[in-house]
Amino acid sequence: MSTEAAPTKKLSPNSIVRARRRAALRRFTSAFGRDRGGMLGLVIIVVFFALALLAPLLFDRSELDVTQATADPYLPPSRTYWLGTDDSGRNVLALVIWGARISLLVGLSATVLSMFIGTSIGIMSGHFRGVTGGAMDRVTEWFLVIPYLPLAIVLATVLGKSIWVIIVVIGVTSWPGTARIIRAQTLSVGSRAYLERARVLGGSNWHQMGRHVLPNVMPLVLANTTLAVSISILSETTLSFLGLGDPTAVSWGSILETAFDNGAISLGAWWYLAAPGLCVVLVVMSFNFMGRAIEGILDPREQGA
Amino acid sequence: MALLEFEDVSVTYRSRGADVPAVRGVSLSVDIGHSLGIAGESGCGKTTLASTVLRLLPKSARVTGRVLLDGEDVLTMSFGRLRAVRWAKAAVVFQGAMHGLNPVQRIGDQLVEPILLHEKVFSRRAATNRVGELLELVGIPARRVNSYPHQLSGGQKQRVMIAMALTCRPRLLLCDEPTTALDVMVQAQVLDLLAGLVRELGIGMVFISHDLSVLSSSCDRVAVMYAGEVVEEGPAAAVFDGPRHPYAAALAGAFPRIGDTRFRYAPAGLPGDPPFPGDLPSGCPFHPRCPIAVEACQTESPPLLQMGDRRTACLVVNSSQGAA
Amino acid sequence: MSTTEARPDQAGPTAPPVLEARGLQVTFRGRGTAEARAVDGVDLALGKGEILALVGESGCGKTTLARTLLGLERPSAGQVLVDGKPLAYKSSALKAYRRRVQLVLQDPTSALNPRHTVYEAVAEGLRIHRLDKDEGEQVAAALSRAGLRPPERFFLRYPHELSGGQRQRVVIAGALVLEPDVIIADEPVSSLDASVRGEILALLLHLRDELKLSLLVVTHDLGLAWNIADRIAVMYLGRVVEQGPTEALLAGPLHPYTQALLSVVPDIDRVAPIVLTGEPPDPTRIPAGCRFHPRCQLVASGEAARAGVEVRCRTSPLPVLPITSGQSAACHLLNQS
Repeated sequence: MSTEAAPTKKLSPNSIVRARRRAALRRFTSAFGRDRGGMLGLVIIVVFFALALLAPLLFDRSELDVTQATADPYLPPSRTYWLGTDDSGRNVLALVIWGARISLLVGLSATVLSMFIGTSIGIMSGHFRGVTGGAMDRVTEWFLVIPYLPLAIVLATVLGKSIWVIIVVIGVTSWPGTARIIRAQTLSVGSRAYLERARVLGGSNWHQMGRHVLPNVMPLVLANTTLAVSISILSETTLSFLGLGDPTAVSWGSILETAFDNGAISLGAWWYLAAPGLCVVLVVMSFNFMGRAIEGILDPREQGA
Repeated sequence: MALLEFEDVSVTYRSRGADVPAVRGVSLSVDIGHSLGIAGESGCGKTTLASTVLRLLPKSARVTGRVLLDGEDVLTMSFGRLRAVRWAKAAVVFQGAMHGLNPVQRIGDQLVEPILLHEKVFSRRAATNRVGELLELVGIPARRVNSYPHQLSGGQKQRVMIAMALTCRPRLLLCDEPTTALDVMVQAQVLDLLAGLVRELGIGMVFISHDLSVLSSSCDRVAVMYAGEVVEEGPAAAVFDGPRHPYAAALAGAFPRIGDTRFRYAPAGLPGDPPFPGDLPSGCPFHPRCPIAVEACQTESPPLLQMGDRRTACLVVNSSQGAA
Repeated sequence: MSTTEARPDQAGPTAPPVLEARGLQVTFRGRGTAEARAVDGVDLALGKGEILALVGESGCGKTTLARTLLGLERPSAGQVLVDGKPLAYKSSALKAYRRRVQLVLQDPTSALNPRHTVYEAVAEGLRIHRLDKDEGEQVAAALSRAGLRPPERFFLRYPHELSGGQRQRVVIAGALVLEPDVIIADEPVSSLDASVRGEILALLLHLRDELKLSLLVVTHDLGLAWNIADRIAVMYLGRVVEQGPTEALLAGPLHPYTQALLSVVPDIDRVAPIVLTGEPPDPTRIPAGCRFHPRCQLVASGEAARAGVEVRCRTSPLPVLPITSGQSAACHLLNQS
């Protein structure tokens, strides 16, 4: 079947498996590199991340302070102020770049929280039958029907407005969707013979879930994560827009909120709304492109296996 | 004139830029009232060969040679003629066909469909009567006509598929592994049924299977295929009891004869695996696994030569027997 | 008693059985209240170094019986005995049991995780039981014993890069690495190409000879049993209806079901085929009396009536066939004569 010569030096199997995995990663990155949508999305995301990280170097924090604004309000975009100024005379470009930090941070944290809870519960509810599995299903359904807006309002009122509350709200309301998808995949993997083999070899439930179910579910999790990030960012924008976020933190949603409240539309200050709005659209779109590219590459039908 | 004749048929698939020769120069024939068995393992080309009869191969497949059904070449027929021929002249029961039944339609409705499509003179009532006849013919009580597939057992579903193949009174029936997924007793029932049909309806049958023992007891003649070619062909029982080609011998040996002490505690198998059609060895494709290969086998491709009641494609066997 | 000591002890070991089933019953409750008695009273014994073939058609309970012997299913009645001691179902006891009894599944393609290399697949058992000192050597030894040489060449392959026969050898190596005493093989060659089967069967025989492994082979194929089995147990609808040494059973089957099964093997021409009508009923509707009587050719032909046992066949159930070293069958007509 093979004509390969045996390796001449005695490498440990684990190091060779690592090399194998590196090769698989290289194959993945080259396949991703060929997907134009995915690459475009990646570039845009990298740009935004870079800007967000470099924000303090580009614009001093004082530019966000309303009391220190010196320019005239509602100035249209010009050479000094690329995106014009807001209702208090602050540089909109500075606002938008600093806003990226909060929006991206909240979006990512909420996603991590949601994916972690969703994947764990999804795998466990798909793997354990009987009472345990059934109980987890009920919990998932219960959380699924919680409407996130009323919950956000309630929590913000009770716990005070902060970005952590927003992260918790988004995490807590979006994990059931993930859990259901992961559960379905777990059920399909669970019927496969290698899971039975692991059981016969003496593997505990944790072994079966960790060594067999999780690796087979990971592609789905990864593809889902990128899509979940875009949803989280949109959710954060919405919640901040509604005034439920931290009033002192600048995020794209809060910029939109201030703009709206101050009648930017009727004043014709389109740049004030377009800037944050466009940022949200670009970031969400980019994560979606990346998610679709990943899905396409990791589709088991495309793989050799 | 033979009912079905393959004349030097070759099929090549185009796959990712490479040509994969699935069938290479096969010539076989079946007469009316007789059955031909085609034996072989995965990748030998038997299903591809069967698919040529009704031109069921994908467009990317190149077919050369002639496939004559009652003297007409199927490969050069117009599409209209082909549609008329499909199912009415020749019908196929595919592998795993019983899974092809629509689970939400009653079997009676599914059987009526080809009748109404092909024989447009039939009224619905006449078609339903014919369905009842067909079910009785395959051993299912006619009152089961309103059952759903899940209410039938595996054996019954396979019989329904055979009935479906017979709806338009074909002259030729092609069965691809019809009994592989069935228990031995149900298999015996289905084989009895097929043999009975050949006798009573006077049709010709091509039976494809990897199980040479089944073919030896249910077919008149058998052809053993390997890597797209016929390596041995002759009367079924003779080929099974006394195979000449080393691959046919190995295949026969894989079905131990109960009671024969030569098979007791002595499982016989071949090393290696059947070759992938896109990666065939040079010369005789069987030489890497062959127990009697000589040096010439690596370079020369053996021709299929007639010797007595048999055709064999093996340099060693043919030369030792002084083939015609 | 319903045994007939028709043949003297042949090839049966005299040591106590390694694995035993006593009065085993496994019942499944499906949707609704229908109770499926998949295994309905089975006595079975597997000796050291013995190869026992469990033969039957689908629905006879042979796979359920095998899984219960492995501890994957809990019996609703009866016991599984290992070296004479009943199997405990605590997780620690079961885990220890796994080192003694292993499984080879039917389809090697689905039995191996496509994302794990051959090395990881074989090492999995060692890692679970924390036997991974000299893991590399143990894995290499197991692969060699399973016929994959040189083993290092296979360490980093993935299952989809191997042929069917090679995959099955990997599964066998994965079972061997734990150094079990018993291997239960469920249709080990039925999904492999015909010309490759002999090699895997030869490997199993070799393992029995070399390592004194006991083998329980579940199959529907009597030819396979003729090839490698010392003893055969024939199952029908949850019960063992006949058991005995292979030569004796296949040369002169006692139970009408065995006779019918043997007669329809395609290349058997010494017996006229007895093609039974219909199919085995499902385990939720086991017939009264002898469970085979509705399909029995002796009842249908009137022979049972002539012998005066037909009433018993229809109404009187047979006891569980006990384990004997000779050949025995559960049949009213047989008991009569």
